[in-house]
Amino acid sequence: MPKVIGLRCRECGAEYELQATHVCEMCFGPLDAVYDQALLKKVVSRQRIEQGPKSMWRYRDLLPIEDSVNVVTLGEGFTPLVKADRLGAELGLRNLYVKNDTMNPTNSFKDRVVSVAISWARAHGFETIACASTGNLANAVAAYAARAGLECFVFIPVDLEPAKVASISVFDPNIVAVRGNYDEVNRLCSQLLESTPWAFCNINIRPFYAEGSKTLTFETAEQLGWKLPDEIIIPIGSGCQFVRHRQAVRELLEFGLVRGDRVPAFTGAQALGCAPVYNAFVSDTPDRVLPVKPNTIAKSIAIGNPSDGVYVNRIARETGGVVEAVTEEEIVDGIRLLARTEGIFTETAGGVTIGVLAKLARAGRWNGDETVVAYVTGHGLKTADVLASANGHSSRRVEIEPTMKSFREKVTI
Amino acid sequence: MPQFRIPGPLRRLSEGHTTVDVEATDVVGAIVALDAAYPGFKDRLLDENGDLRQFVNLYLNDEDVRLVGSGLGAKVGEKDEISIVPAVAGG
Repeated sequence: MPKVIGLRCRECGAEYELQATHVCEMCFGPLDAVYDQALLKKVVSRQRIEQGPKSMWRYRDLLPIEDSVNVVTLGEGFTPLVKADRLGAELGLRNLYVKNDTMNPTNSFKDRVVSVAISWARAHGFETIACASTGNLANAVAAYAARAGLECFVFIPVDLEPAKVASISVFDPNIVAVRGNYDEVNRLCSQLLESTPWAFCNINIRPFYAEGSKTLTFETAEQLGWKLPDEIIIPIGSGCQFVRHRQAVRELLEFGLVRGDRVPAFTGAQALGCAPVYNAFVSDTPDRVLPVKPNTIAKSIAIGNPSDGVYVNRIARETGGVVEAVTEEEIVDGIRLLARTEGIFTETAGGVTIGVLAKLARAGRWNGDETVVAYVTGHGLKTADVLASANGHSSRRVEIEPTMKSFREKVTI
Repeated sequence: MPQFRIPGPLRRLSEGHTTVDVEATDVVGAIVALDAAYPGFKDRLLDENGDLRQFVNLYLNDEDVRLVGSGLGAKVGEKDEISIVPAVAGG
């Protein structure tokens, strides 16, 4: 019996057969995958999960891939949940955790969504995988398409960081560099959808793709001993993963994987240089997210026209969370702070998350005993150039001759 | 005449037509004209306050109408193209 029974519009509730589409014909709202809840209630259990593989596929029962399908996997997920005592000490938080999703196969959380998306697409007969991307998604799509032996087209803004372009190119996909920003790349891909028989991960197969995000929160709960934290800090690009994390908590409670009914506060993090969701959150009309032209070093979340922005603000408000934003300088400070205190090197989007965490902590948001988890979603080598341009040489660096004399003269120990 | 481009999933409403020519001088007028030809578009594109719905993007040629100073009041002329593009997730 199939567990995924169709698609449902998040706005008007209209239902559709299972297919590669993402927009409601009735109201133009976004579509989500619908599961046979009765079936899931029978099969989902902690025990089944704990006996599963040490990857995000241990939560397969809660992902939109039927049991008969061969999944396309590189061992994504089940990344470390690090108790961040030294960072916590700086911020006055005794129960701070960092979910280190830089440890995924292509070093960002996108491996989770792409593993689901490509597994679904291959099982449904697609031969070409495509995406519009700010870099991380293209990196994951190129790698997983190679793994699956599928054709691949990735569409990226022409000004993407060189390190990201290199780590996409190595998998030999067709790369289309578009002279425009991410929102413009997206628009082009939306229009291309009609003339290509391709599975665009973040467009026509988004209802399935997005589901992969939930595993970050499933893992966090399991790694906390099947408990939910008090607050989760999540970077906001389109807001798509933020919404799925709320759904993940609903499922954890619904299927009795965690006890009680307390929902964590969901807090969103944006860069001020591209903060359409934050702008709306602090305005009188949080339900009106107005697009902006992105201008930030946090390119992986530089989405000026976020599809799920309104939902982010609703969820943040309903759960007692906030949406906060940080300056470019605070982003780099965030990267350095996490590296210096915990030995974790994150990209600019992670700098946004840690920057917001630090900003809120210093403003006295927490009394210090709360369990707070920060989702660090991409590796620092992806955006290492921002450290160079922001005075990357450490003030603790000295250059010496290869002699004992020079060492004694110049190095203080 | 200004022309609307209708994306695949929404073409049931336009009886399968990819493009629809409309007689109008601004974007709002174009939406009203589109709705007159194929009833249902206006309510789907605009909310009760007459603002563009959150999960719908409207492009006047290459520009998001929300980013055009005059917004939905933006003038449209003979050769202008208005595209409806559903919001997209990503990253």
